[in-house]
Amino acid sequence: MELTGAEIVVQALKEEGVEYVWGYPGGAVLHIYDALFQDKTLRHILVRHEQAATHAADGYARATGNVGVALVTSGPGATNAVTGIATAYMDSIPMVVLTGQVPVPFIGSDAFQEVDITGITRPCVKHNFLIKRVEDIAETMAKAFYIARTGRPGPVLVDIPKDVTDPGVRVPYVYPKKVSMRSYKPVEKGNTRQVRKAVELMSKARRPVIYTGGGVVLGDASEDLRKLVDYSGFPVTNTLMGLGSVAASDDHFLGMLGMHGTYEANMAMHEADLIIAIGARFDDRVTGKLAQFCPNARIIHVDVDPASISKNVRVDVPIVGQVKPVLKDMLKFLKERKNGPDKAALKDWWARIKTWRDVNCLKYANSDKVIKPQYAIETLHKVTRRRNFFLTSDVGQHQMFAAQFYPFEKPRRWINSGGLGTMGFGLPAAMGVQQAFPKATVACVTGEASIQMCIQELATCSQYDLPLKIILLNNGYMGMVRQWQEFFYDKRYSHSYVDALPDFARLAETYGHVGMTIENPGDLEAAYKEAFGMKDRLVFMNVIIDPEENVYPMIEAGKGHHEMHMSPHLSAERELA
Amino acid sequence: MRHIISVLIENEAGALARVSGLFAARGYNIASLTVAPTEDDTLSRMTIVTYGDEMVIEQIIKQLNKLVDVVKLLDLSDGPHIERELMMVKVKAEKGTREEMKRMADIFRANIIDVTDCSYTIELTGAGEKLDAFLKAVNDDLIMEVVRSGPLGISRGARGLGL
Repeated sequence: MELTGAEIVVQALKEEGVEYVWGYPGGAVLHIYDALFQDKTLRHILVRHEQAATHAADGYARATGNVGVALVTSGPGATNAVTGIATAYMDSIPMVVLTGQVPVPFIGSDAFQEVDITGITRPCVKHNFLIKRVEDIAETMAKAFYIARTGRPGPVLVDIPKDVTDPGVRVPYVYPKKVSMRSYKPVEKGNTRQVRKAVELMSKARRPVIYTGGGVVLGDASEDLRKLVDYSGFPVTNTLMGLGSVAASDDHFLGMLGMHGTYEANMAMHEADLIIAIGARFDDRVTGKLAQFCPNARIIHVDVDPASISKNVRVDVPIVGQVKPVLKDMLKFLKERKNGPDKAALKDWWARIKTWRDVNCLKYANSDKVIKPQYAIETLHKVTRRRNFFLTSDVGQHQMFAAQFYPFEKPRRWINSGGLGTMGFGLPAAMGVQQAFPKATVACVTGEASIQMCIQELATCSQYDLPLKIILLNNGYMGMVRQWQEFFYDKRYSHSYVDALPDFARLAETYGHVGMTIENPGDLEAAYKEAFGMKDRLVFMNVIIDPEENVYPMIEAGKGHHEMHMSPHLSAERELA
Repeated sequence: MRHIISVLIENEAGALARVSGLFAARGYNIASLTVAPTEDDTLSRMTIVTYGDEMVIEQIIKQLNKLVDVVKLLDLSDGPHIERELMMVKVKAEKGTREEMKRMADIFRANIIDVTDCSYTIELTGAGEKLDAFLKAVNDDLIMEVVRSGPLGISRGARGLGL
């Protein structure tokens, strides 16, 4: 079979099982778009800004575990996609981004819409390619997908000059059945001796904590984690990226840890004698001050990426491997031992944890006059708990409130930009999720600042009938910026007030959606019910909330886990008691 | 601590940029970096000299290994190895100093590879310290130009860094 370069690109996507491509056409990708036009099965979703193409592909990948695909043109098309690529890179999301490039003879001549996108993206991709010959397309595409999905997943960019997809040039087409690269051999199973060493420590631990991150979600290892938690009886905490990998309703679950984590999770980390870190990377938002991080604990660290191990924190038992097989081995070896986990010590440990839990650190003062963001999320849970539900978020206070107050029972249901913290992520990511699961209920919780960074995608949602539910927690401020200014800059709210807001409900209506504005706490539940009842419509809920609510508990940057700020309301209550 | 790391890397466009970019982006020190193709023209070999404490060097090695283009690498400092560096120095060689410069080159077992009526170009190979010593021994005023390759390294013994 002889195909043109453009046809090979499309054919390769189909070989890789791609269902959707999010993209935006332009000069350098016209040949590819022409091939797409003539293809009957691959679905292309036209976004309104290339950043949204990458976020949508990313959201799709996070929800399904498949590789997300975006297609953009050269120059500004490619640079617009960079934020989405960096977002995926920081959270290890499998993605392939195809960029157009000026024809090979023009490269380096500052041609129209030329940028060195492989150069620009080198630090924020897992790998990238510039294809210079039509004969190389099939093999490069196969490598790109292989690299994106294996090992520690990540985005791979493939830059395709226009002349390489020339419709006048046909070459024999054979798609590689298998990819093998001498320079890239991702690890699978962990070293058995290391796992046995870990199990030895686990069986002797008196105050263990399992701390897991996005790796358990990405590695589809939630079930194995649950079994280990059940058998060992160890407490478990999740990072922001790991939420849902343990059911929030599981008694062993301490909640999220880190800067806005729960009191019980952070105190348990601080007093633990053994930390079992699984698919987590000791991010600064999790560890706080490194010198005071888990001062009494030995550390086991399971990660597929050796470079994540002992990067920020020295570990005692490193285990390089996919989390799933390692967790299986851990459980197996633990069961083989005569003397399993120390039940008596664990009983004391749980009693200690209970005293921290009893603080009820997430308690807040509700109001019947103004909607509290915490109440908005709790009510959202109440209304959606029985649904097949996905929640995406933007970045800021609303993201933390959602992480704290929406109990996720399953993995891949909580979709947010953790590592890069990209405002504008939530809406396009939700589009990707909804596309993957047309029958599911997909909501995006956002803020009035974040939503405006990709609000143009309301048009995409109209065009493709995506019945998202957007919950805008509108406090008129970039809430997290304002919170830091309140705490650390004597309330000098420098440029964090978001003035000149549109009437969001009417704005949504002009895009063909349903808009609502909700101001009274008493109306919220009914409004949610009405909105979620509208199966086929996008409903944009502008929820006016308390403008100066803060996220608690909070560990200041550079402080230890035991130095948490609690809500002033809670502190006052404790003093009275 | 000083480390000298040999890296076998796919001989592809952008491979060098990936390595140098990694050092820049992560704030690692880079004292010297040399690169050239090997006997297998699909592979390049780099020699990188870097400084850092144990944890930093461990990260450098892991991060290099993580680059998709890197096929294999070896921290030569982990075992016995040989280092050589090439230097070419252009010196003034006029009436009063001409003989002395020639003697100096002989003492260091250097070669004079280009001659004019007022200058010599001297080629010198050896460990970095030897090259330093030569430069120290020559009067600064006489040195017109210095170019050094940066060290190359290879492990001692029969085993080599190969595929």
